[in-house]
Amino acid sequence: MGAHILYFLVYPGFLFTAIVGGLIAGVDRKLTAAVQFRKGPPVLQPFYDFFKLLLVKETILPASGSKITFLLAPVFALSGISIAAVLVMMPLLGINTGFEGDIIVIFYLLTIPSLTYIIGAMASGNPLASVGASREMKLIIGYELTFLLVIAAIIYKSGAETSLYQIIQTQQAGSVHIGSISGVLLFIAGMFCTQAKLGLVPFDMGEAETEIAEGAFIEYSGSAFALIKLSKYMLFFTLPALIILLFMGGVQLTGIHVLWAILKLVAVVLLITLIRNTNPRLKINQAMRFFFVWMNALVVIAIVLSYFGY
Amino acid sequence: MGFKDFCFKKSLWLFHYGGASCNNCDIEILDCLTPRYDVERFGMKLVGSPRHADVLLVNGSINKRDKDRLLEVYDQMAKPVKVVAVGACGCTGGIFAEGIPFAGPVDKIIPVDAYIPGCPPKPEAIIAGIVKLIETI
Repeated sequence: MGAHILYFLVYPGFLFTAIVGGLIAGVDRKLTAAVQFRKGPPVLQPFYDFFKLLLVKETILPASGSKITFLLAPVFALSGISIAAVLVMMPLLGINTGFEGDIIVIFYLLTIPSLTYIIGAMASGNPLASVGASREMKLIIGYELTFLLVIAAIIYKSGAETSLYQIIQTQQAGSVHIGSISGVLLFIAGMFCTQAKLGLVPFDMGEAETEIAEGAFIEYSGSAFALIKLSKYMLFFTLPALIILLFMGGVQLTGIHVLWAILKLVAVVLLITLIRNTNPRLKINQAMRFFFVWMNALVVIAIVLSYFGY
Repeated sequence: MGFKDFCFKKSLWLFHYGGASCNNCDIEILDCLTPRYDVERFGMKLVGSPRHADVLLVNGSINKRDKDRLLEVYDQMAKPVKVVAVGACGCTGGIFAEGIPFAGPVDKIIPVDAYIPGCPPKPEAIIAGIVKLIETI
């Protein structure tokens, strides 16, 4: 029992994910600055932002709207992403949970942050927040089907295994999924789903700073906003970890393999950052069409290819 | 200096309020965010919502209509808040100081922590003002 609480709160759960996620968010800002020929903030900047919001700033409650829902939404977002992080990180770090079907649980847990952002935005009673929430909702409708198809294809390619630990074992025994043509197509679709889940450009229309002023988060301030930031940092680590797990055969934490694990993480984060920095923001109808038509078609092609053994 | 002050100092988020400005100060403020001057080095960034902001940048002369809006924006911000008056109009009223619709320089309406004079101030002057503001925390 004590070990399980340790797993959840410290390693590899809440604390570990939060610290590494914050570092990744800092590296992301540094890389963005490098792309724009700037110097950029220090790598520890996300931690300064978080502690400033948590400790220094006042939390303002909306005059109209539901105050309790408004305050509870970030807490639920944080707990959802913490559980998802534990369930992703434990198989990745080689701890066998013996949990059959956890890939499906992960799929549901990863939608909790977006859903709670929508609920919090709706509870704030701000018109711009409801515009952001409605965009976020349409985006979820767009990418969830693609993400589900990607997961289904991964389960099929791993020989009908629904446990993350077994998926890693299958890849380490045979070849990694990204090594085949269908795997590459699935990886592309999975990366775009990751981008949309993280709410980064080109899919940041839900929190577009320039048109609707952070959209869904416009009314948040102080510690409630700090919790939202923390859940975003944790998502920034959990989703690349999931991509590594599903496509790149997980990681091994012995000897020189640690370096290899870090390289995989850096490669995925670099890809996300470069997509984010080289694309404009899409309109919501373009984003929905992108996922409904092109990404779904790509995944279906990948499933057919994997049926024929490519 | 405690941990709280250290974090506050390292992560100042800016909200930009332009009064009845001629837009030169707005352009110079945006200059500070470009790669050449890059105030994001100090952890500063321009945010869209006053709820997230720690620093209110006010430029331009404040006339009678702007006054209510400026007070509204100031009340909407989560405290503690630092206020910076940018440009001659923000600091004193400049050439508009004797006009009929003029409602007083910024420091008669809300407390101001730092003044950056100039018409318009150069980006270097704005960064110098920001560094002075950081030192007051």
